[in-house]
Amino acid sequence: MLNAQDLFITFNPGTPIETRALRGLSLTIPDGQFVTVIGSNGAGKSTFLNAVSGELMVDSGTIQINNEDVTRKSVWQRAVNVARVFQDPMAGTCEDLTIEENMSLAYCRGTRRGLRPALRNPLRDLFRERLSILGLGLENRLTDRIGLLSGGQRQAVSLLMAALQPSKILLLDEHTAALDPRTAEFVLQLTEKIVASQKLTTMMVTHSMKQALEIGERTIMLHQGQVVLDVSGEQRRNMTVTNLLQMFEKVRGEQISDDALLLD
Amino acid sequence: MSLFSSLGALELGFIYSLVALGVFISFRVLRFPDLTVDGTFATGGAVAALLISGGHDPFVSSLAAMLACGLAGMITGWLNVKLGIMDLLASILMMTALYSINLRIMDGPNIPLITSDTVFTLTQPGSIDDFVWRPALLCVIVIVVKILVDAYFSTRSGLAMRATGSNLRMARAQGVGTGRMVLIGMALSNALVGLGGALFAQSQGGADISMGIGTIVIGLAAVIVGESILPARRFLLITLAVIIGAILYRFFIALALNSDFIGLKAQDLNLITALLVAIALILPKLRRKRRNRGGA
Repeated sequence: MLNAQDLFITFNPGTPIETRALRGLSLTIPDGQFVTVIGSNGAGKSTFLNAVSGELMVDSGTIQINNEDVTRKSVWQRAVNVARVFQDPMAGTCEDLTIEENMSLAYCRGTRRGLRPALRNPLRDLFRERLSILGLGLENRLTDRIGLLSGGQRQAVSLLMAALQPSKILLLDEHTAALDPRTAEFVLQLTEKIVASQKLTTMMVTHSMKQALEIGERTIMLHQGQVVLDVSGEQRRNMTVTNLLQMFEKVRGEQISDDALLLD
Repeated sequence: MSLFSSLGALELGFIYSLVALGVFISFRVLRFPDLTVDGTFATGGAVAALLISGGHDPFVSSLAAMLACGLAGMITGWLNVKLGIMDLLASILMMTALYSINLRIMDGPNIPLITSDTVFTLTQPGSIDDFVWRPALLCVIVIVVKILVDAYFSTRSGLAMRATGSNLRMARAQGVGTGRMVLIGMALSNALVGLGGALFAQSQGGADISMGIGTIVIGLAAVIVGESILPARRFLLITLAVIIGAILYRFFIALALNSDFIGLKAQDLNLITALLVAIALILPKLRRKRRNRGGA
């Protein structure tokens, strides 16, 4: 469960380029819920995600994960509860390391890393089994450097890696944005499959309103560092992208000029 | 080149293999440009020479030298990780500080070890000459160190250290305490360099304040030569390449200095080394450029 209360983050305070990225954002995500997050550029989506993962420290407010206050904890301390897939396929894996080494790193997420061997055959069997889900033949390439894989393949492996250890929340930061449409679709389906099979609590940031409504069970919209829209259940099922846009305009009382939001 | 000078080159090659492994850990694994080694090579020699000349066991003295240098490396890491000083600058600061510390340790510019027992004289069988025994023992030491280094990097902690150097953000997201990994890695790296210094002092008859000068360039030269001669991806082979690089490098230097017709003298050593590293760094780029031109 994620419980974020009254988060504030200001970049470059007191300067001409001061940006108030989060302005009292509050959000609670119960266990097992899959939430999609939308909003225009600069709405605070990535800032919020980085605040939850610990990459950015909030100026004020509290973040609880699984009823534990993690507000002042660093990224690696939160990692026991937080799994993450980055937007950049290169960011989520170590390109100099092999597929199995990368997976071993993820397999040990949140555990003490002692002098036990990083790789053993039972572990390799587990990795092979998981990789075979992808249907990309990667299960036969365990000792290949992950840098040899395409962006889409790496992103798919990143997803598997995020699900190797139980987590209290899975953060997906526009993880399909850098992929070509067909690969993006593949990774998206994989996401749904993994999230559903492991009942992961998930927060997915997306640029696509269509995606935001089709996937998951709840959609929130951020604007100027706050949650301005929060729909789920019946209301969300009957919603179209046009509805969503209209609601957004109503809530904000202003016209949306950002093209990125209108793109599906 | 005579047998005698070949064995001498081999001996130095093995000693600098330890340095090269240390430099490999900081520069290649952690991607931390660490000049501390110029200080810690001499610190290793100084601590070992001080203890040995004070009548302590040479093996214990060498271990103590490793510990002292590991601590120095850790301080460099700490300056960078905890105090936020730029990595290169932190290591230069530590190197500078170590110059004074080394003078303090030795209470002067050098400590001779001509008459003292060393790890070499203690273990030398009567039937083998010292100039043969020293490279033989060093070979064993290097093999043991290589196996230990390889073993460490195959553990979960070792893999986390490699991830720290390769992709810091990813390592953190996977729960790796990257700051701690840098400290451990820098300690490990400098402990190896310190061991090299301790053995250097024992093989060359004493420790000297200037013995550390250029250590980083020699270590880098060994790493680069090794990588270009044996380009490998597997960790076991990379460490092997680094060791081979160090030995080849010493042979190259010995050859250059022993060939009278070139007219080089011992004092040209650092110049040759710097040139060699520069060439080794430029070559792959030239090769790539030519290949690109050919392909286009």
